[in-house]
Amino acid sequence: MQILDTPPLLRVTGLTKTFHMHHLDSVLHAFEGIDFALTAGEFILLRGANGAGKSTLLRTLWRSYLPVGGHIWYQSRLGEIDLARAADIDIALLRREEIGFVTQFLNARPRVAAEEIVAEPLRLAGRAGNEALEEARHWLNQFGVRPELWRAYPSTFSGGEQQKVNLARALVLPQRLLLLDEPTASLDAGARQALVRRLSDLKAAGVAMIGVFHYPGDVAELIDREISLTTRTLPQNSGQDDTRDEFNDERERYVAV
Amino acid sequence: MSLETNPRPLLPPQLVQTSPIVTMRDVGRRYGEVVALRHVDVTVYPGEVLGIVGESGSGKSTLLRMMNLEDAPDTGDYRLRLPGRDDGNLFALERYQQRMLRARHIGIVYQNPHLGLLMKHSSSGNVAERLLIAGERSFDVLRSKAREALDASEFPLSRMDHRPADLSGGMQQRVQLAKAIALEPALLLLDEPTTGLDVSIQALVLDTLKRLQRERRITMVLVSHDLGVIRTMADRVMVMRRGSVVEQGLADQVFQDPQHAYTQQLVHAKL
Ligand SMILES: Nc1ncnc2c1ncn2[C@@H]1O[C@H](COP(=O)(O)OP(=O)(O)O)[C@@H](O)[C@H]1O
Ligand SMILES: Nc1ncnc2c1ncn2[C@@H]1O[C@H](COP(=O)(O)OP(=O)(O)O)[C@@H](O)[C@H]1O
Ligand SMILES: [Mg+2]
Ligand SMILES: [Mg+2]
Repeated sequence: MQILDTPPLLRVTGLTKTFHMHHLDSVLHAFEGIDFALTAGEFILLRGANGAGKSTLLRTLWRSYLPVGGHIWYQSRLGEIDLARAADIDIALLRREEIGFVTQFLNARPRVAAEEIVAEPLRLAGRAGNEALEEARHWLNQFGVRPELWRAYPSTFSGGEQQKVNLARALVLPQRLLLLDEPTASLDAGARQALVRRLSDLKAAGVAMIGVFHYPGDVAELIDREISLTTRTLPQNSGQDDTRDEFNDERERYVAV
Repeated sequence: MSLETNPRPLLPPQLVQTSPIVTMRDVGRRYGEVVALRHVDVTVYPGEVLGIVGESGSGKSTLLRMMNLEDAPDTGDYRLRLPGRDDGNLFALERYQQRMLRARHIGIVYQNPHLGLLMKHSSSGNVAERLLIAGERSFDVLRSKAREALDASEFPLSRMDHRPADLSGGMQQRVQLAKAIALEPALLLLDEPTTGLDVSIQALVLDTLKRLQRERRITMVLVSHDLGVIRTMADRVMVMRRGSVVEQGLADQVFQDPQHAYTQQLVHAKL
């Protein structure tokens, strides 16, 4: 049984993130000792109250945030790599080719047309100019961006329109792992359906996903498993192993911000 | 292990076999009592934009001058990976060899256009001169290449025979840029390329740089004291303070989750 022997695409062990804020002389524990695995084609819903650390966990997997402990074992096409310790250049390349991050916000550069923004990931992946543009337009259409906007600059668009451009760009290139941080927040019904359809197709094609959804009902049919993050209060002295001792000092200086 | 002393323990063996185009090791430079650079290591990968940020006097321009082989360090080793050649440590080469290497393979844009341009020659002449130094002799080729580079830098071609002395600051920077990219350099160095410009003009010049980077995948090292400029341009960031590198990482990492007290100060001052 080939499938059973396949290691998970992502194996997270003991993942811990604290923010050390020098200017406030304080440390904030976002989460500690997180373990989970995610296999190809699997969809994990991330749950937790506001401030529980959901976005922080996703950003740590994406390496916008540096973990202070634990491992993020990822089976890349080129071999296994610990994203918690990988060289920046490896992360940069994996972001280009294998791992996607979808949020509700478009980080658009000024004076670049919507269709160019969406086509860019395809171009960077080596797709020919015209073909990339065709496909970009296809996805803009799917997400309900009106054709007369395709050549305009998204910096002038409404929030909802920007979000659609953002989704088209984020999902235009099939990745192997998708991190989703409330991608449906404030989307209209049509675009939400298009998004769920796209995610469903990607899942069927073997893309692994972990994400936070404002209305989990939207993606109910995709969810395989859930992970809940609980809001941490001052960490208790529970039965702990000695790897946690290094945080003792910070724990005493803990402040919630 | 304390967080304080080990902010970024992240230089494991690489998974993806991309060799750096620039490798500088242990570069040090003093000017009398002033230590301008102290044990500086720099790695630049092909096609990326490396941003170098830090307050005035932190050694950014000095480092860029070393990369451009304009000035020699007291210590250090500098390798530039160019197709089909191995020049060893560039700091150890003869002056004329350094000049040839610089003329053919490195482009630079200075904050001060007087450093980079002949103010009383025509703009196209400035670009052509650069091509001449690199060995181009045909007048037609000189003219068409200069034109192409000026056009790519979004310089209005109707003014290519005007002297930089008669142009605005933004236009002068575009001439410098055209001159720097005319030879398709392996490495483009930018020292505060927009600092002297009005904010609205700054944005336009940055757009041009961004477009060139996207379309031609030019490897760039961009120096600025302005975090906003670095943020919109750089893939990776190096933070300098008093001649040392205090932090480096992916741009979003350094801006969203700065590890060093100094970087946090910089980022928070900006917010
Ligand atoms: N860059 C940061 N610097 C300092 N604290 C942060 C940073 N990012 C998030 N936090 C803190 O981490 C905690 C978890 O936040 P977040 O992950 O955004 O929660 P959620 O997404 O579950 O609502 C919050 O207390 C937040 O203020
Ligand atoms: N040629 C020089 N002679 C004397 N001092 C110099 C020279 N070049 C740089 N310095 C000094 O080295 C330090 C770093 O300068 P520089 O590299 O220009 O900083 P930055 O570009 O970050 O503002 C400064 O204190 C500067 O005065
Ligand atoms: Mg969140
Ligand atoms: Mg300077």
